[in-house]
Amino acid sequence: MDDLKNRVRLFILERYLAGERPENLTDRTPLQTSGILDSLAVLAVVTFVEKECGVQFTALDTTPDQFDSLDDIARLVAGKARVVGA
Amino acid sequence: MAENLVEYLKNSAERWPDRTAVVDPSGSSLTFSQLWQQVDALARFLAAQGVGHGDRVGVALPKTMASVTALFAIMQAGAAYVPIDFTTPAERGKRILTDCNVRVVFVDPRASGVLPDGATGILASGAEESPIKRSGLVVQDPISFVVQDPISFVVQDPISFEQAIATAGPAIEARAGRDDLAYILYTSGSTGVPKGVMLSHENALSFVDWCSTVFHPTEEDRFSSHAPFHFDLSVLDVYVSIKHGAELHLISEELGKNPKELARFVADRRLTIWYSTPSILTLLLQFGGLDAYDSSSLRIVLFAGEVFPVKHLRELQRHWPLPDYYNLYGPTETNVCTFARVPRVPDDRDHPYPIGFLCGHCDGVVLDDEGREVAEGGEGLLYIAGSSVFEGYWNRPVENAAAFLDRQGTRWYNTGDLVRWNPAEGYTYSGRKDRMVKRRGFRIELGEIERALYRDSRVSQAAVISVPDPDTGVRIVAFLGCPADGPTIVELKTFCAKHLPAYMSPDRFVVKNELPRTSTDKVDYQTLKRSLAEAEPATPLPATAEAGG
Repeated sequence: MDDLKNRVRLFILERYLAGERPENLTDRTPLQTSGILDSLAVLAVVTFVEKECGVQFTALDTTPDQFDSLDDIARLVAGKARVVGA
Repeated sequence: MAENLVEYLKNSAERWPDRTAVVDPSGSSLTFSQLWQQVDALARFLAAQGVGHGDRVGVALPKTMASVTALFAIMQAGAAYVPIDFTTPAERGKRILTDCNVRVVFVDPRASGVLPDGATGILASGAEESPIKRSGLVVQDPISFVVQDPISFVVQDPISFEQAIATAGPAIEARAGRDDLAYILYTSGSTGVPKGVMLSHENALSFVDWCSTVFHPTEEDRFSSHAPFHFDLSVLDVYVSIKHGAELHLISEELGKNPKELARFVADRRLTIWYSTPSILTLLLQFGGLDAYDSSSLRIVLFAGEVFPVKHLRELQRHWPLPDYYNLYGPTETNVCTFARVPRVPDDRDHPYPIGFLCGHCDGVVLDDEGREVAEGGEGLLYIAGSSVFEGYWNRPVENAAAFLDRQGTRWYNTGDLVRWNPAEGYTYSGRKDRMVKRRGFRIELGEIERALYRDSRVSQAAVISVPDPDTGVRIVAFLGCPADGPTIVELKTFCAKHLPAYMSPDRFVVKNELPRTSTDKVDYQTLKRSLAEAEPATPLPATAEAGG
């Protein structure tokens, strides 16, 4: 999961926070509620994670209260993986 | 002939009382007769609160049947509506409502921060106190109202939307004439303060009536309503559909951002007329999975607000081969003033389509810097005159003097857009001379972003530039001069989200100790642009902006 978080972190840093030091984007940094990601950026991050992990998110999964940090994303993906594995 | 926009609704309610007028995202709907009854009752309620001819009423609501009701009711009461994005940063919303001195505000609880300062109480069901000064009436949610006495500014008990309509008040006669203000739409201002574009009933009626002659809408049509009401694209959706007895399918803010759901929506609702910015159509194309849905009901696709990159347009036509496509052009100040029917895009075309020919309600002329007419094929500024051209900016005498040119007894609006004209294609857009850019169809003055960045006390210099981007049209880069312990990029992004609408937030920040200066000690934009071009080799792209907004 740390590996996933780092891949998403790099994706966000490269696309939306160019020039930022990686340590300033922590696992808990709010992404949507802070305005770092707007609705278009969220779509791109969702698509990236879906492709990387082979999961599908619903519209409800990606609301700002569910999908707001790297920790949230890792938790959601872990939940999806369990469902697939069950 | 209709005297004001409300008459379109009144006439349709008489002619098609039982046809569906408005459908919200959940599928709930109102017939024309039900919508008219609600509008009439809410207008009487507003009138009883003292709202009348010459007033402005703010609308900071999500897109629902209640907000559609509010727009018509405000005009029926004789006032002009001032729609603002209920998700806009509170500070910006407040500046707008204060600027035009609204008498009443319809407001969603999530937007209560936009209310002008210094009031005596109220708001939100069981929630905290909220400052309200000039407001006479505040609506929370679409459901429950809170009323403030318009004279003493003392807050009364909350009452519900249904109660307000039931309370109504004495019958009123239609109060708005063709020359009265119908609405004020705020756009980005270069001084950092948004400016209010004042549009009369006549301005809107002449545009709507032109749409009737070109698109031939009927009561069988089903219109999308994607654009928020503070964006001028909404004028076509709402009033053309209501005038013709057609169905208006409201797309909420949440749905509008979700391309998968939106693609399904177009098919499920069997929409016949779609109108949005190219950005939204591109999103549908890239994330919507369009091939999974039967969208064969679409007969017309309209787009405006920015250049549609032809590679995306070509791809869209592969997924949606049946409808007729039209490119509509016009700043908020003129409404749509030119249009072009867009053919099937050939495989080898890579330059954008022209903005086309003048609409019937407009006249146009291309002038050079000295005000001389430019010969065919030459580049110059497009000036527009006619019945859809706005009255002026709210309370901005200096800008108003600069916006218009008196030429041979006619008042011409300077669009600021550089164009060329030829008889085969009409007008072709070629760029701008000033610092206005378009992103996602919205107009952005780069100076407004700079002014917002200066509100961070650690920013000592701010210079914002735009660079062409092959996919999104334009990218916005902010150069900042800050001390060594200045803000991080994360902090800057967060700061912008609090002070600017999302579409204005820069794509990239470059923080330096000091920005380069010219010999006259001004920030050297040219050097900054060159430094960016060296750091990121440019990708070729034609114009950055086109229309609307």
